[in-house]
Amino acid sequence: MDVSAEAKRIMAVSISKLYASRAQRGGMRLHRSLLLSVIMRSARDLYHSACLAKEREELGTAHLVPVTPEEDAMDTTANGEQVEVEVSQVEPEPESPLTPPIQEPMSSDSGAAQGACKTRTFSGKETVEDKENRSPVSPDRHSRKRRGKASVAPDFLPSKRARLSLELGEERVLRTGRRNCCRAGDAFTTLSLNSNRAIAAF
Amino acid sequence: MCFQLCSNSLQNPVTFLCVSYVPADIISTVEFNPTGELLATGDKGGRVVVFQREQESKNQPHRRGEYNVYSTFQSHEPEFDYLKSLEIEEKINKIRWLPQQNAAYFLLSTNDKTVKLWKISERDKRPEGYNLKDEDGRIRDPTTITALRVPVLQPMDLMVEATPRRVFSNAHTYHINSISVSNDYETYMSTDDLRINLWNLEITNQSFNIVDIKPANMEELTEVITAAEFHPNQCNTFIYSSSKGSIRLCDMRASALCDNHSKFFEEPEDPSNRSFFSEIISSISDVKFSHSGRYLMTRDYLTVKVWDLNMESKPLETYQVHDYLRSKLCSLYENDCIFDKFECVWNGSDSVIMTGSYNNFFRMFDRNTKRDVTLEASRENSKPRAILKPRKVCVGGKRRKDEISVDSLDFSKKILHTAWHPSENIIAVAATNNLYIFQDKVN
Repeated sequence: MDVSAEAKRIMAVSISKLYASRAQRGGMRLHRSLLLSVIMRSARDLYHSACLAKEREELGTAHLVPVTPEEDAMDTTANGEQVEVEVSQVEPEPESPLTPPIQEPMSSDSGAAQGACKTRTFSGKETVEDKENRSPVSPDRHSRKRRGKASVAPDFLPSKRARLSLELGEERVLRTGRRNCCRAGDAFTTLSLNSNRAIAAF
Repeated sequence: MCFQLCSNSLQNPVTFLCVSYVPADIISTVEFNPTGELLATGDKGGRVVVFQREQESKNQPHRRGEYNVYSTFQSHEPEFDYLKSLEIEEKINKIRWLPQQNAAYFLLSTNDKTVKLWKISERDKRPEGYNLKDEDGRIRDPTTITALRVPVLQPMDLMVEATPRRVFSNAHTYHINSISVSNDYETYMSTDDLRINLWNLEITNQSFNIVDIKPANMEELTEVITAAEFHPNQCNTFIYSSSKGSIRLCDMRASALCDNHSKFFEEPEDPSNRSFFSEIISSISDVKFSHSGRYLMTRDYLTVKVWDLNMESKPLETYQVHDYLRSKLCSLYENDCIFDKFECVWNGSDSVIMTGSYNNFFRMFDRNTKRDVTLEASRENSKPRAILKPRKVCVGGKRRKDEISVDSLDFSKKILHTAWHPSENIIAVAATNNLYIFQDKVN
């Protein structure tokens, strides 16, 4: 539990730093935000692994759903095993905050910075040579909740996007953080979306 | 090699040459010019202060080598980007000198968004004896002019003036972290988190993008560019470092857009050192070519590494700057120190490298003898002409009398910016808002 408490604390610290950087003079710094999101993701993965290990202990049986091995808790970069797991699972609804923590590792970032939505990840992999004139993928247009690609979310509106995205995810986090309730798993679910949005906001 | 604090006073050796120009602002960059005659500092308030070395004089042999204020000017002002509703800081991120080609000095200074070329020139004569205006500058009544005279140049007190000659703006979406002048002395590059632009020093309304690592989908962003530099001798070659601890060398002859590197320098991670913060501390904060162009040096949070350009698989040498911080990464993350960007410098002969640390300590590593030393830049512990005493951090166990324990280190006192004279053993160390200039003891 020490590990998960530590991970939770680091998550809280990271969120507050990310939030504070919005008010910073000179605007959000991309490098710093990237590092913060990396730490958040690692802490979240660590927390989940710790929770899963605890649950496994309690249940005493192997899970039906294969989960990321404990060693991967410390991994911050792409792991071959995790990628395989992700591909083989049915894609749960990434936007749903009520997704139980168990399934979270499946849809969560396993790659270095893969989005929570698998379909978007795959479409994103169709790299187009011309970055500047790339047209947005059509599913994005219809979903207002999407983080938006560079061409849809122009460079010159980072603060507006950041406000939108953080409003959605952050409120939840702050509330759960303050109440210190056991549904911290939900907090981390939404936080996974948060960290990507923080980067996408640029 | 032992370092001694310069003194600017013969009569009173207790006078301390601590160049803290009032109101002192946090120094954000330090740079010697190519001859070492001038030293420029930029600060958080957008000001640039240029120091000039006193000329050798037979009358006052002790005063040789001391740097006095030569010129002060406001390089950048705070700006507001109305489109993004963001304030653009006036803090000077980098200064780079151009080689001297005439009597005037030129330097490039940059904040987060705009690079400026400044001309610093001396004026020691002024024309007197105008016909149409009098000595005060007031226009004379033409009817009172009865004779013509030729204006003559009269000597006046030396005046050093700085004028902005070029302003290179609107080329960077992200924050500029580096500028580097090419060996051709016609072009320079400016680098932000995701892009590198090439400029001609004469042309301000266009620049060429030579590196662009922005992903089509920003959520796939995994690394940013942290620093870049031109090769000192080859104008076609440059390197850039990343937040993931890698360095890419690019050759501009290969293609117009240098997204594909020619060489890729990365050291495989040591699994025994793996920790929660591994990725964050591997981010390279500074990269510098050696003067010879044969080596490059990188600084990450805990180490300095020297790489051979011909060997991409691992660095030639790795030096631990403050490894005792490895167990404290969590608290350094909380107090933001883990994001500190330390710079590193070579000495003129590439035999010694220097970088800063906390508690106003800075470290020097001799590459040949493999000896290293920790020195401190502080008022309390230094007197003019006193030889800097090596410091030592006690890692554990019994602390000796002169040692300082890790827990006593002051993390608010950090030395991020240092500079080494291009040919002599004179160093400039910026400790927050104080500038220290040390020189090798002259026999």
